[in-house]
Amino acid sequence: MSRYLTRRLLIAIPSLLGISIVLFTVLALAPGDPFEELATNPNVPPEVRANLRLKFGLDDPIYLRYLHWLFAMLQGDWGFSFASRVNVDTLILQRLPTTLFVIGSSQVLALAIALPVGVYAATRPYSLFDQVANTLTFVGFSLPTFFTGLLFILVFSIQLDWLPFVYRADISATGWRWYWEHFRQAIMPVAVLGLFQGASWTRYVRSAVLDVIRLDHVTTARAKGLAERVVVLKHVVRNALIPVVTLVALQIPAVFGGAIVTEQIFRIPGIGSLLIASILNNDTPVVMAVTFVFACLVIVFNLMADLLYGWLDPRISYR
Amino acid sequence: MAGSTLASPTVRAPAALPRARPFSPGREAWRRFRRHRLAVASVAILAAMVLAVLLGPLVWRVPINDIDFTARLSPPTWAHPFGTDDLGQDLLARMLYGGRISLAVGLAAMLVAIFVGVLVGAVAGISRGSVDAGLMWLTDLFLSLPPLPVLLLVIYLFRERLKEIAGPEVGVFLLIVVVIGGFRWMPVARLVRAQFFSLREKEFVEAARALGASTTRQVVRHILPNALGPVIVAGTIDVAAAIIAESTLSFLGLGFPPDIPTWGRLLYDAKDYLDFAPHWALFPGAAIFLAVLTINFIGDGLRDALDPRKVM
Repeated sequence: MSRYLTRRLLIAIPSLLGISIVLFTVLALAPGDPFEELATNPNVPPEVRANLRLKFGLDDPIYLRYLHWLFAMLQGDWGFSFASRVNVDTLILQRLPTTLFVIGSSQVLALAIALPVGVYAATRPYSLFDQVANTLTFVGFSLPTFFTGLLFILVFSIQLDWLPFVYRADISATGWRWYWEHFRQAIMPVAVLGLFQGASWTRYVRSAVLDVIRLDHVTTARAKGLAERVVVLKHVVRNALIPVVTLVALQIPAVFGGAIVTEQIFRIPGIGSLLIASILNNDTPVVMAVTFVFACLVIVFNLMADLLYGWLDPRISYR
Repeated sequence: MAGSTLASPTVRAPAALPRARPFSPGREAWRRFRRHRLAVASVAILAAMVLAVLLGPLVWRVPINDIDFTARLSPPTWAHPFGTDDLGQDLLARMLYGGRISLAVGLAAMLVAIFVGVLVGAVAGISRGSVDAGLMWLTDLFLSLPPLPVLLLVIYLFRERLKEIAGPEVGVFLLIVVVIGGFRWMPVARLVRAQFFSLREKEFVEAARALGASTTRQVVRHILPNALGPVIVAGTIDVAAAIIAESTLSFLGLGFPPDIPTWGRLLYDAKDYLDFAPHWALFPGAAIFLAVLTINFIGDGLRDALDPRKVM
């Protein structure tokens, strides 16, 4: 198991390097110069400017600049935010837990919807339940997250006044009240993300279960008199989950896109809203670092999917 | 129960159908497509939307930037069927104009994605070895990039320069189309490659090879046409995804400038007025939803129609 884990980790390194190369190339190809303001500032003499350029290595060949940047990132020197005057890594670490909490709970919600609905629909294919569920999943993943978010705010915050529509990280209450307030403000963002994900996962679960339920080993399990519940849970669902995990892993990058939108709508102080804010403020170090963090998160989640895959399917040997 | 699951809802009894005359593949696909009622309804609705967007501005001749402070944030009335925004501009006219751009971005980005995807997939599928491995590594790399953050990064870095070169409208349009298309080609490339792997060993390709057809001819005349079915389905879904991507960018305030009211941009402008003027957000949101939903249903119908293994 640990050897499998190490091997997966080693495979992740080239992907991370590749992503960092892509991001750095995009940055290097981009027009504009971080010292543009200095160049137009008449108070800065040209010698000072040239010295600064030399000091920050701006005239080096591109591969040297890349290596320089990479080693700085590895040593934890992520730069300094122009807009908020703090180190980028502290800024990101402050905001990362909120994002992970919202994304994590929405994935749990999506799973809690997709598994039962998908399995139930697939065990009764083309029944009324299946048809209604199928249509609803289409509606679910055709509703963009930004529109569902606005609809939720319109209905639950403005019309009914049940839930707050601004997510606050600094809730002054203590004890149970603190948990309750957190729960209340998390309902809408988590539901927006979770319903969107749940809709597409339901389709995957349904088609995977439909594929497995026709196989011979299921007939055998029924023939030897196992209860239908045991057949479905132990013989069908576990096998059906293997392709589902693959498809879910492929969707992970899209989940982060939805998270950015949701954070922006509900003003959640996570790294997604940080990304938008720093783009609007022209805060390049933060933009680069947040994009890189998102890419790393994708790799981490893919790694988790791989481990899950190995646990679900013993035929994949842990070598 | 096992084995009795029907392959499709419409197979009831495999009664001997009197086949009067063989259908052409196109008619056969249409016959299958028609069975998917929601898909057929979707074609009608989508066609109506496209017609409205194309011809609507000729009929509804209210200018999109006609400012009228007396009718600020007015709910739907006869004078303004979809209401007005905070400057009293007519929302129906703005939606008709913006819809052209939203739908055009969707189509153009799909074409970019399909073109790149087919190219990469075909090259990888026909040339084995290191070229294939390298291209697939690239595909996997792009698959693990989070699309929206990178999209935002690219637009952040390149927007100003492109505006200078190509003007604000064309520049942003080109940038958004290329970037959205550039992040959606990977599934198509994988599909095409997988199709090529199975097709290039088929007898009819072998026959063409034996007759001395060049590799280009084998690919263009024999393999590619047979690999297109899943690509068409993926392309349909891509239009929907690209419309969502463009609306998302505009909704975040980083897509089209305010004077080009795409549906996402309208939502972005409307979101601070939800409590006084919900109609402002509801109409463009419903338009995006309807366009995406119908395209997804059409994709589902096409999947049924173009999959020859499916009994219908």
